[in-house]
Amino acid sequence: MSAMAPASGRPGYFGAFGGRYVPETLVFALDELERAWAAAWSDPEFHAELDALLADYVGRPSPLTHAPRLSAEAGVDIWLKREDLNHTGAHKINNTLGQVLLALRMGKRRIIAETGAGQHGVATATACARFGLECVVFMGTEDTRRQALNVYRMRLLGAEVVEVDSGTRTLKDATNEAIRDWVTRVETTHYVIGSVVGPHPYPTIVRELQSVIGREARAQSLERWNDLPDAAIACVGGGSNAIGLFHSFLDDPVELYGVEAAGEGLDRRHAATLSRGRPGVLHGARSYLLQDEHGQVRGAHSIAAGLDYPGVGPEHSALKDSGRVTYLAVDDAEALDAFHRTSELEGIIPAVESAHAIAALLRRPPLLPEGARTIVCLSGRGDKDVQSVAALEGASEAR
Amino acid sequence: MSHAASSRGNLRRLMDARAGGRKLLVPFLTAGYPDRKTCAEALAGLADAGADAIELGVPFSDPLADGPVIAAASELAIAGGTSIEDAFDLAAGYVRAGADRPPLVLFTYLNPAASLGPDRLAEACADAGFAAALVADLPYDEDPAVAAALARRGLPLIRLAAPTTPAERLAELARGAEGFVYLIARTGTTGAGAGTDARVAEQVAVIRANTDLPVVVGFGIGDTESARRAARLADGVVVGSAFVERLGRDGPAAAVGWMRTLRDALDRPVSV
Repeated sequence: MSAMAPASGRPGYFGAFGGRYVPETLVFALDELERAWAAAWSDPEFHAELDALLADYVGRPSPLTHAPRLSAEAGVDIWLKREDLNHTGAHKINNTLGQVLLALRMGKRRIIAETGAGQHGVATATACARFGLECVVFMGTEDTRRQALNVYRMRLLGAEVVEVDSGTRTLKDATNEAIRDWVTRVETTHYVIGSVVGPHPYPTIVRELQSVIGREARAQSLERWNDLPDAAIACVGGGSNAIGLFHSFLDDPVELYGVEAAGEGLDRRHAATLSRGRPGVLHGARSYLLQDEHGQVRGAHSIAAGLDYPGVGPEHSALKDSGRVTYLAVDDAEALDAFHRTSELEGIIPAVESAHAIAALLRRPPLLPEGARTIVCLSGRGDKDVQSVAALEGASEAR
Repeated sequence: MSHAASSRGNLRRLMDARAGGRKLLVPFLTAGYPDRKTCAEALAGLADAGADAIELGVPFSDPLADGPVIAAASELAIAGGTSIEDAFDLAAGYVRAGADRPPLVLFTYLNPAASLGPDRLAEACADAGFAAALVADLPYDEDPAVAAALARRGLPLIRLAAPTTPAERLAELARGAEGFVYLIARTGTTGAGAGTDARVAEQVAVIRANTDLPVVVGFGIGDTESARRAARLADGVVVGSAFVERLGRDGPAAAVGWMRTLRDALDRPVSV
């Protein structure tokens, strides 16, 4: 087995990963997007507009909250970067507002998006409502079932939710349908990808828009401790909250950990792409991928819909191979335990996705030395998960 | 090896056919759909139904350029255990039965091909007797490894052009093309839906200004009328979803019979 790997150093590549592996029909749109992004990102007016929205509409900067009781339990000094307190309850809004501003500059008034847990769909619908744009969100039927509340929220915000009943009926196939829609209506539509995945320039655009997380966290560290943290940790599905947190610390002596979903266990159904996948091409980029020996993409599994994806952002693949970030995987049961303990010990109900990052710190033997000052990206709030966790636990208690 | 050599040479037949005033007919079918035996029968039938070349599709779990018909065919073929290796087996069987049959083009997404690696992909294509390969999600300028490996085996990587490809890019695409150029008739996925004749004509003009190779038009060609219309704008047509749908529903004999009606329609003189 040898994956085809072009020479690194080309634009749009992170080492051997990334690129734009799409039908020819989309190439002009990616070129157009790259140009529009370069112009916007170097334009102070764009930043002024985005920063104002992040401050007044989203509520940034998000606090860095000490978690004393969870720290005592974990044996490390835990500080939560509170993306759960953003408007719409997750980090996703950082990206969608930026991309919708970009779409307005490109004159595209129809927006599409894929969503897994529904957080990106809600954040996209929110940005579209704010700017009066048409919004269509693709979501697998497995996810519309387990995240029914978010489906209603999107519709309330005026978005059309298209239920995708093909393939795995989760994020992977929702993304396929979004790309099919984009191929069909590319001349009038902007596709707001929700993570650091997809063809170039998306992984870079989404990273830059999410890097506000790490920029703030770094500044908050220096302000609070006059020092950097010892470690930073975040969950990884596609990996946007993790890249957003990590990017400001890449050149610092800060240990970085990405936590994937081990689902039912690494030898059963899981979503631990970096731990168990091998390089391949899905949704327009070369990256690690869960696939069989013939190159068919495997269905992923995680209790967290937002991590239930067989691919991962190409920059994470490069960070894994370079060794700068350590990736590990936490299973459904560990994540559920962390979901409960964070709620009980800190009065904060985390998204089941974010609970994976916390769970890695609760493990024995410990991941980090006693007292290590650790920033955890609390990427979203857990309200969306309450119903499905209750149903899951009700069912197992009834047995 | 001799099979492979003759099959490769066969792609030149497209030029000869065009020179003789014939409109090219290129059916597409998914390997292993509805099952491998039926697929082999359909391939054999198409060889005698007036096809000028045949695209054999590798089923992929995430066929994002495909509409519902071919996506469903892929899913069923994969469920039946078909992989890229079966596409090679089907091709080898087809070529063995008659070395001067219409040339076969391997149609795949990148991941099943990348899973083999470029050299094994090229070697397997050549050994099976494919005359060329086409990768649906690999723009011509993205990653030279596949084209280079195929070239070492004497096989062209067919280039796809889109209605949205800007003129300058289209010219470059055409200048470096080999075998033939596949022009997508409209924005969208494979299957039903009409393109804009004006846009197709514009793109064909740019391609022709930059290459002598035949230009075939695909996507959304589902009946004799649309086939004749598209063929008037270019050198021929690719017919995929409409054939795959009939193959699944009516069986190989009926589907091949229908393809013959397209052949007849393309051969009828243009009415005034």
